[in-house]
Amino acid sequence: MLIVIDYGTGNLGSIANILKKAGIESNVSSDIDVIEKADRLILPGVGSFDNGMKQLEERGLIPVLNKKVLIDKTPILGICLGLQLMGKSSEEGTLSGLGWIDAQSIRFRFDGQIAHLKTPHMGWNILSYAKPHPIFTGLYDENRFYFVHSYYLVCKHSDSVMATTEYGFKFTCAAMNENILGVQFHPEKSHKFGMRLLKNFAEWEKT
Amino acid sequence: MYRPRVIPCLLLRNRGLIKTVKFKEPKYLGDPINIVKIFNDKEVDELIFLDITCTPDNKEPPYALLADIASEAFMPFGYGGGIKNLDQIRRVLDLGVEKIVINSHAIHNPSFITHAADMVGSQSIVVSIDVKKNIWGKYEVYTRKGTKATGYDPVAYAMEMERLGAGELIISSIDRDGTMKGYDLALIKGVATKVKIPVVACGGAGKLDDLAGAVNEGRASAAGASSMFVFHGPHRAVLISYPDNHDLKKLFGS
Repeated sequence: MLIVIDYGTGNLGSIANILKKAGIESNVSSDIDVIEKADRLILPGVGSFDNGMKQLEERGLIPVLNKKVLIDKTPILGICLGLQLMGKSSEEGTLSGLGWIDAQSIRFRFDGQIAHLKTPHMGWNILSYAKPHPIFTGLYDENRFYFVHSYYLVCKHSDSVMATTEYGFKFTCAAMNENILGVQFHPEKSHKFGMRLLKNFAEWEKT
Repeated sequence: MYRPRVIPCLLLRNRGLIKTVKFKEPKYLGDPINIVKIFNDKEVDELIFLDITCTPDNKEPPYALLADIASEAFMPFGYGGGIKNLDQIRRVLDLGVEKIVINSHAIHNPSFITHAADMVGSQSIVVSIDVKKNIWGKYEVYTRKGTKATGYDPVAYAMEMERLGAGELIISSIDRDGTMKGYDLALIKGVATKVKIPVVACGGAGKLDDLAGAVNEGRASAAGASSMFVFHGPHRAVLISYPDNHDLKKLFGS
């Protein structure tokens, strides 16, 4: 079963709603035993980096997540803050991230000709794919996703970058490391495009 | 490429959707769930719902209705109306709503904005500011559906709300509401150029070019509208419409 990890930081209602609409069986849980048995995980999250890490820590979820993700190689999808937590650190906070992807999150800074751009990057944007991946099936011809974030992920290795988008400049908006996938945008709020991506994730057979 | 958002702003009254002119003359449009389904099929950028009965009647937000809307709305949506404590915010967000819109309570208790933003993050806290020209011809923030002047200048008030932690602002011109005569661009621009957070322009949109004007001249990050998306023709027959993404991309040149 796909488990959406509840660690007190998220808009879990909308993820549960769209999974249901897409016909994907799922549960929302913060229970270690339930997470241990999951065959697929979603790590959502809104809010600040340190608060996200603190909430995972307080619920005792970090060891089980490390085991599931790094040893069992269970497919996991991070969304928004969920993606950023998969990196090593963030300018937003002082705590270490989960460190599953060699990356750091940094804050948007706009000057010169793009000084008028507002933060957060809030609205719809289009992905450019760095490489094909099964979770993008059906989304190559047309895509459009909803973003709301003030920090963005910078990957140390270009291998990790799955897709970029542009707001003032080009930045990574989807990243991966084997079974670990993360997206900066909100598929749960991106109409048929997000529904397709979540379906692709639910059906993805990592080889 | 990034494209500015176009947002239908819809008013709720006792489980029905209505549309006003200058915050008066409410006209019944229909059942909100049906209308949400239509907007969802049209793949709207975002939706905002404001229940205009909660504050005057001292009612709780319509949680059951919001849960129904959330199960049909696969785009971001915001809710405002009667929000005055943190429990209400948590409860509404848990239903699958992205953004909480606060109007009256920001005026009565500005520090509430800080508490709310601390709890759920600024990106979920939107302050809605209703503005009208007073008898001296100066812009002033109004409350209670545009009937009570607050004495606040909209630009100063908007900057204060940003400082307190608001993540986005909705600036509504009461004088233009429902008129379809175009936005009050001077008002919108006056605020949007003074704050770093996104501004949603509201009040007066009547045609597609108005939406582009709110962004290009008014410097808003998003164009809110309702009459032009719910009425059709000179007799204002109720018909839900929304431009397709291709037309919007062309409109904003993105």
